[in-house]
Amino acid sequence: MTIEVDVAHRLGVFALEVRFTSQGRLIAFFGRSGAGKTSLVNVIGGLIRPDRGRVAVDGTTLVDTASGIFVPAHRRRVGYVFQEGRLFPHLTVRQNLMFGRWFRPPQERKVQLETVLDLLGIGHLLQRRPGALSGGEKQRVAIGRALLASPRLLLMDEPLAALDDERKTEILPFIERLRDEANIPIIYVSHSLAEVSRLANSIVVLRNGRVVAVGDPAEVLSRTELVPHDAVEEAGAVIEARISQHDMEFGLSTLQSKAGPLRAPYLDLPVGTVVRVRIRARDVMIANAPPVGLSALNVLPGIVVKLRKSGETAVEVTIDCNGVKLEARLTRKSVETLGLATELPVYAVLKSVALDKSTLGRSPLSAGLHGADLGVRLPDERADRSR
Amino acid sequence: MDGWLNLSPEEWTAVRLSVRVATVAMLTSLPIGIAVAYVLARCKFPGKSFVDGLVLLPLILPPVVTGYLLLLTFGRRGMIGSFLADQFGIVFSFRWTGAALACAVMGFPLMVRAIRLSIEAVDRRLEEAAGTLGANPFWAFVFVTFPLIAPGIVAGMILCFAKAMGEFGATITFVSNIPGETQTLPSAIYTFTQVPGGEAGALRLTLVSISISMAALMVSELMARWVGRKIWTE
Repeated sequence: MTIEVDVAHRLGVFALEVRFTSQGRLIAFFGRSGAGKTSLVNVIGGLIRPDRGRVAVDGTTLVDTASGIFVPAHRRRVGYVFQEGRLFPHLTVRQNLMFGRWFRPPQERKVQLETVLDLLGIGHLLQRRPGALSGGEKQRVAIGRALLASPRLLLMDEPLAALDDERKTEILPFIERLRDEANIPIIYVSHSLAEVSRLANSIVVLRNGRVVAVGDPAEVLSRTELVPHDAVEEAGAVIEARISQHDMEFGLSTLQSKAGPLRAPYLDLPVGTVVRVRIRARDVMIANAPPVGLSALNVLPGIVVKLRKSGETAVEVTIDCNGVKLEARLTRKSVETLGLATELPVYAVLKSVALDKSTLGRSPLSAGLHGADLGVRLPDERADRSR
Repeated sequence: MDGWLNLSPEEWTAVRLSVRVATVAMLTSLPIGIAVAYVLARCKFPGKSFVDGLVLLPLILPPVVTGYLLLLTFGRRGMIGSFLADQFGIVFSFRWTGAALACAVMGFPLMVRAIRLSIEAVDRRLEEAAGTLGANPFWAFVFVTFPLIAPGIVAGMILCFAKAMGEFGATITFVSNIPGETQTLPSAIYTFTQVPGGEAGALRLTLVSISISMAALMVSELMARWVGRKIWTE
């Protein structure tokens, strides 16, 4: 999908002035709350008529104030998953799901109910009403409802923000499957670095109603100055790796990345699957000699390419490991003790357990290799389905 | 005391007439009531507070004044009354239809108020959601807004019905007190109290009046609970 946006809109004292072109199966709008993400999505969905500008998706113009085009929301075929779900309280789950489908002419009803029930694991909820659903279930039904309207584009506005961490890990795999299997492009709004780095093909960073960066996740997210301050703890490098081996005895999976082999806690995915790994800067240690007698399983040789002071105590160190940039967050004291400087060869050390469910997910690149595979089953997800 | 509670044919006529007048008043004002409540709840336009006041006016005015205004406008020589009589043959004055009109006008503010409050309570974001799913504003109203305001509509209907059952001042001023044509329950009770030996009849009709009002109240409770249960729980 290609989306072209060039709009200006004023909402009270807040001014949205956005211009970008982006491409990808899942485009993330990233930024802290109040950055204008929701306003922008509302413009694309047709809930806000911008003061000026143009929005086009795959060449179809949805808004063009210059030529007086404004396609109303109900004719856009743009699905919208709202932060608060917005399920219809007077209808059952089944009626909610079928609501949008009813308004589509039969030849445009591409998405089948069974597919959606299977994809989202909500078959057992059909007879219930929204009042009797948990937060995670509501959000899955909301996703299904939007899908069944057979949209040409799906907008997801912070679909996980209202949920606790456990629910988030419950739903993330479903969104990954959606991205890889449903063949509907997605615009995903979030202020969470974990979600964006795991899901996005392409990222648009917003700040104060303006676009500050557009690009692929590995590039954008390694620039810590782009990451909202409250998410700096979570910042780090995003790299792609392929599962090369499972070690059942110790419950480990080996991933081959360009930077070198990584060992992670066992991943229930077939060998060959491409996964995306976010290596948090705060989880990376640096040694100036090959470490011995160390518990950490991952040691990647590299060269320091950049040192940047971050506050009084910390320094952000960028290490080039065979062309892949890793970020490490160290104290100023350690940097001095080790005598770190650019061009210095070092070893980046990473504990395997730092690579957990919140930092590891199936890569958008894996879809081509395992497009037909529906086998992503995290343990708690399985438990949820049998309930 | 034997047969003390049995209604005379004349009394039955008044009861039947009252129920018919109140039902017609409630049903005919319903579509207009929903439309007016919707406009008042959702639209902004110049003169809105004037329209708002106009709708509420019958609630505040002495009923006799409302009845007299109806007589002036909808009477045989009134502006609207003569037009309707000449063009469509619809006559209100001294007919049961006039009683229904008076009752509808008196019950209208109560109905609009109940429906308006329920419309204002609807989360408009649900209508937005319906829009993104392909429902145009009309279908969004039919499938989302209407079911959500149904309890308010039921409440408004019952209030209007109850008001119509008890309407006296405007009715008697507009269409007088003709047995069999415009003599509703309250007018009949009033008539009984004006003649010697009418106490028994007045008491009988009073009991009937209380029973009908109680029944209406209970029906509205049941319906509200039924609709509410449908909406908010499994």
